[in-house]
Amino acid sequence: MIRDVLKYLSIFIILVLSQGLILNNIELGGYINPFLYVLFILMLPFETNDNLVLILAFLMGLSIDIFTSTLGIHISASVFMAFARKYLLLLIRPRGGYDSGTLPNIQYMGLSWYMTYSIILVVLHHFFLFYIESFKLSQFFSTFARVIMSSIFTLILIFIVQLFNYNPNNRK
Amino acid sequence: MRNLVKFLTKNSFIFLFLILQFIAFWMLVLNNNYQNSTVFNSSNFFVGNMYASIQNINEYFHLKEINKELSEQNAKLQSANISSFVKVYGSTYQIRDTSYHQSYNYTAAKVVNTSTNKRQNYITLDKGSLNGIKAEMGVISAQGVVGIVKNVSTNFSSVMSILHDKYKLSAKIKKSGYYGSLVWEGNNYREAQLKDIPNHVKLTVGDTVVTTGFSTIFPENILIGTIKEFNLPEGDNFYNITVTFSIDFKNLSHVFVVRSLLKEEKLKLETVSQQEMVE
Repeated sequence: MIRDVLKYLSIFIILVLSQGLILNNIELGGYINPFLYVLFILMLPFETNDNLVLILAFLMGLSIDIFTSTLGIHISASVFMAFARKYLLLLIRPRGGYDSGTLPNIQYMGLSWYMTYSIILVVLHHFFLFYIESFKLSQFFSTFARVIMSSIFTLILIFIVQLFNYNPNNRK
Repeated sequence: MRNLVKFLTKNSFIFLFLILQFIAFWMLVLNNNYQNSTVFNSSNFFVGNMYASIQNINEYFHLKEINKELSEQNAKLQSANISSFVKVYGSTYQIRDTSYHQSYNYTAAKVVNTSTNKRQNYITLDKGSLNGIKAEMGVISAQGVVGIVKNVSTNFSSVMSILHDKYKLSAKIKKSGYYGSLVWEGNNYREAQLKDIPNHVKLTVGDTVVTTGFSTIFPENILIGTIKEFNLPEGDNFYNITVTFSIDFKNLSHVFVVRSLLKEEKLKLETVSQQEMVE
């Protein structure tokens, strides 16, 4: 238990720092800005208390917002993502439910399940984030392009991070 | 009462979600309206210091450009120096201090964090209230206008750059003197739109756009950029003008914070005349 808490705490800190100090400086063509920090919400275990997921998402968003001085925007988007996560997990539950001791990653759940899971949540998060940020319908299409491009970039980064943990011999 | 508690605990997930969203939006609105919430932005002590040390490392990679910039600026200052003017027209040139009244002074500051990819971009500087910086002061660099100081902490200040979709800068065309307002529409960090220039003004591509000095935040005739293209929409009285910034926000490093010495006097006079009008 305490090991898990320490593990997720260190992942939290690493993701906040890498987002705040490195990834926020990356931008391609003025459109593409990856938000890898959402990986934290994606990787929380299935058994995590739903309310705890919301609160962790809130803290994650707050930490990112403090770095970018955009108070509220990232909080709102990540809380929304945590909210959607609960219902998405119910919706795409494999037959027989989730085995205890498994985690939402490619290793345990397989590529296609993970693709559905991560693509839906990341796109929802980015959609929410960019529309709150621009807050104008007049820029609907340019914002939409930002959503799509950034989501693709974030997803690529998420999959790359997953590959570091992937071990084909260890498959359950 | 018991039923209420039961209802709340049963739907605690949805209520918690709504509460957290409410807090987020409340923060969002609060942060936009009040300029004083310095606690939770990048001018706070912890993040500000972290950015400062990262910037310290980054600076080494930019030394070449900074040196070039500084020497260009030195050359410019040298040529503007009184000593390089003397005796061209004989001995009539004289400096009399009493006829010149200093109206602006400048504090040099270093950029420790900047962004160009958002709709609302902010820049963090390494000087704060200890160095006499206050909110609403202008920020310029050797290449042109940068933005306005929004929040100040003891050692850092956070600057709202012109790359901010809610910021309007009063600007004029240097050649003809007609003025309008410059807004950034959030697409390209090199370009902004100049509005409210009437259709009878003669424009050419490459015209210089400078500040007006109306607001006393910026001195007059500080460079903003040049006209890249313009067109006149059918049936409209005002031009659509695209201005290319003279400043590149991606490699901003040394800036000056402008302090207007006459601002209070001007504002006082203006409020007095407005009050008289009301009466």
